[in-house]
Amino acid sequence: MLQAENLSLAYAGGTNVVHELNLTIHPGTITALVGPNGCGKSTLLRGLSRLLKPTSGTVYLDGANIHTMKAKELARQLGILPQAPTAPEGLTVHELVEQGRYPHQSWFNQWNADDERIVAQALDQTNLSLFADRAVDTLSGGQRQRAWIALALAQQTEVLLLDEPTTYLDLAHQIDVLDLLAELNERGRTIVMVLHDLNQAARYADTIVALRGGQIVAHGSPDQVIVPENILQVFGLEAEVVRDPVTGTPLCIPIGRRSGRNRRVSAASPGNDVQAALSA
Amino acid sequence: MAAQVKLVQSASTRILGSRAWLLPGLFLCLLLLGVLLLWSITLGAADITPQVVYTALFHYDATQFDQLIIQTVRLPRVLAGVIVGAALAVAGAIMQGLTRNPLADSGLLGINAGAAFAVVLAITLLDTPSLSLYTVAALIGAGVAAVFVYGIGALGGGATPLRLTLAGVIFTAFISSITTAILIQNQETLEQIRFWTAGSLAGRDFAIIAQTVPLIAVGLGAALLISRQITTISLGEDVAAGLGQNTLIVKLVAALAVVLLAGGAVALAGPIGFVGLVIPQVARFLVGADYRWIIPYSALIGGMLVTLADVAARVILRPLELPVGVMMALVGAPFFIYLARWKVRR
Repeated sequence: MLQAENLSLAYAGGTNVVHELNLTIHPGTITALVGPNGCGKSTLLRGLSRLLKPTSGTVYLDGANIHTMKAKELARQLGILPQAPTAPEGLTVHELVEQGRYPHQSWFNQWNADDERIVAQALDQTNLSLFADRAVDTLSGGQRQRAWIALALAQQTEVLLLDEPTTYLDLAHQIDVLDLLAELNERGRTIVMVLHDLNQAARYADTIVALRGGQIVAHGSPDQVIVPENILQVFGLEAEVVRDPVTGTPLCIPIGRRSGRNRRVSAASPGNDVQAALSA
Repeated sequence: MAAQVKLVQSASTRILGSRAWLLPGLFLCLLLLGVLLLWSITLGAADITPQVVYTALFHYDATQFDQLIIQTVRLPRVLAGVIVGAALAVAGAIMQGLTRNPLADSGLLGINAGAAFAVVLAITLLDTPSLSLYTVAALIGAGVAAVFVYGIGALGGGATPLRLTLAGVIFTAFISSITTAILIQNQETLEQIRFWTAGSLAGRDFAIIAQTVPLIAVGLGAALLISRQITTISLGEDVAAGLGQNTLIVKLVAALAVVLLAGGAVALAGPIGFVGLVIPQVARFLVGADYRWIIPYSALIGGMLVTLADVAARVILRPLELPVGVMMALVGAPFFIYLARWKVRR
């Protein structure tokens, strides 16, 4: 269980980006952090992973204060994948994934057969076994992101934090990565990720945390959080919420200025069809 | 399926594709370096046969003139070349890994120029410069320059490759012009170290080598010790910290190693540029992105390159001699343009 207690976070010399925030993340769940640009969602993720030292408050992992833990001990329990990481030129997929074993190694405990097996497993789970000897920078965007997720898998942590894991990916690869994360979650990993797309958050997350101005505005299941009032409050955007015809999760349809009511109604037959089909 | 596997394997990016080749390759480099050294000793104003070189090295007779030349002039010179090449190449490799910047090099980032300035200043201010003073001044100069350039580069945002390189170039231009100004004021000092300020191996003796070798040895040792950590931090500081690395300690040890290596190299042979820029790229091309291999390969290939450059410097305009730093610039400048054009992430 990952808990933030009265957590305030700021970048060096700046004002607080996250203010006195309380949040509990339950084991085995997928949590999506959503909110407008600059709302503090990435900052919160950095705070939860100790990449950023809090100005006040504490983060607990299974009851232990993460700021007083040894760095490697924390890294064996909690992994973090920053936004759009880049591998050095020429680094192979296998070499990248090997790095996931870093927190498990020391001067006395060098690379062994277990490490090799775990790396092979991580490559297998992410469908990258065939690409093990390819340089990461020669892969497609989707494969590259899977390679970084494989690194996090080889780290063998219970909790995995990801900052916008779908950035720069096309739609098919976005879904591919999110499906992979859902599979990992089914095998018991706790996942916390920053997502931009509310509909993907509603589809894949058990819990959505909506932030604005460094504070939690709404927190709960997708059905509880993705409602027009919250979207207006968090993004300042009018929207309608319908049912996703595939998964039944909430689907947010923004209204916007350029699609005023008159135009929308006259050209809204597809939307009405969905509504009709769902209510039928 | 089989075809796909083949395709994937052939796309491996390094020359020494299989890991099994890495260790034999290292020994091959060592052997090549040894041959190159012996050959280099035979070349000079008076050509000396390899047999005489062998006798001078292993059955030294000081009454023989050729053997005397070898022991007092040529051997120290080629040794200095190898040491300087290894030191600068490894310093460059560390900096490139740490800053994720293919343009990082102790020459480009002003560390060599800072060390040279400190040496010139020490010689000018203090009447009786001793050898150890040279070395201490070079180290202090290298350290101050490193902190200063990184400070300017990181002002108002992160130290991106381009910012850092610009800061280094500006600092180098500034501090080198002051160095020149001091030298012009002081004709005697100028005569003494004119060649040295362009980077030269001429006239190095065992006394100055003995002064700098311990520093460079500690620097090389530290670099090898943290080579695995450098690979991890080359994935990005956030990733390394997320993997449980104490990035502050790694950066401090790495910075110390760079100062020892670059400062030691400058004390020994003056500010030779581009070695640290070119060699780690060559090593990466051979062995990939793992610094446990990049660092030892860089040391050996760096030693080879400076030895070759010094041979060229001695031979091209014979009987005149060019500073080895000038030869390195001839190789390095086009390479820099290639890197800046194709390899820098902005």
